Amino acid sequence: MSEALFGIHGAALEVRSQRMGVLASNIANAATPGYKARDVDFATALDAKLTQGRGTVPAMSGGADAPLVYRTPTMPSLDGNTVELNREQLAFAENALAYSATLSFVQGKANVLTRALKGE
Amino acid sequence: MPDTRPTTLFTLTERAMSAQLVRMNAATSNLANAGSVASSADQAYRPIRAVFTAELDRASGLTSVSSGQLVRSATEPTKTYDPGHPLADPDGFVFEAGVDESAEMVEIMESARQYQNMVEALQTAKQLMLDTLRSK
Repeated sequence: MSEALFGIHGAALEVRSQRMGVLASNIANAATPGYKARDVDFATALDAKLTQGRGTVPAMSGGADAPLVYRTPTMPSLDGNTVELNREQLAFAENALAYSATLSFVQGKANVLTRALKGE
Repeated sequence: MPDTRPTTLFTLTERAMSAQLVRMNAATSNLANAGSVASSADQAYRPIRAVFTAELDRASGLTSVSSGQLVRSATEPTKTYDPGHPLADPDGFVFEAGVDESAEMVEIMESARQYQNMVEALQTAKQLMLDTLRSK
């Protein structure tokens, strides 16, 4: 999405959507032995997206290249799984809320532009 | 058979849900066979467990899950002296399946919780996608 049109919010929306997938993966693997929970480092990911959008670095290929960090479990489990469901649910809810917020910023921008174009 | 479709949030949820169902079925089979009796330790029923494996999709960065294998637990059957039992061995012993009913119940409940979690997560994600799609 163009940074000139939507500012930081276009990139933020993409990172939020990516993070939603990563968190959903964690929830899906809550019972997989040896699975290590991961999360998107939002600030770094957003920075990477913005610099990439400005064309200073070559574009990243896919979602898998997002800067992911491993979670540090508060209570390690015996089978090597580091998913803590309550934490993942909380992160998912927080991320969904932030996604909505960012989406309304994007929609607001789009509304402003539409009104300017129509000359109302 | 490996699934060749690209991983999206929807296929991820679908696979997680079917994996949880396999796990729930395994626990239910164990419960159904609790108390079943055999005439030797080899013939006795041994509880089965679904073991999950994570499947990373590099293109999308999503990690789905599959119930790769079912393993038989090594729990030894309970040996009881019951000479009157029709299945008793020559020494008068019967072998009862080593199923822990409470553990199986807990397994089923945990599986149901995680299934619900996945449905809940998908609902939220779907709502957000719809909001994005319908924005004017």
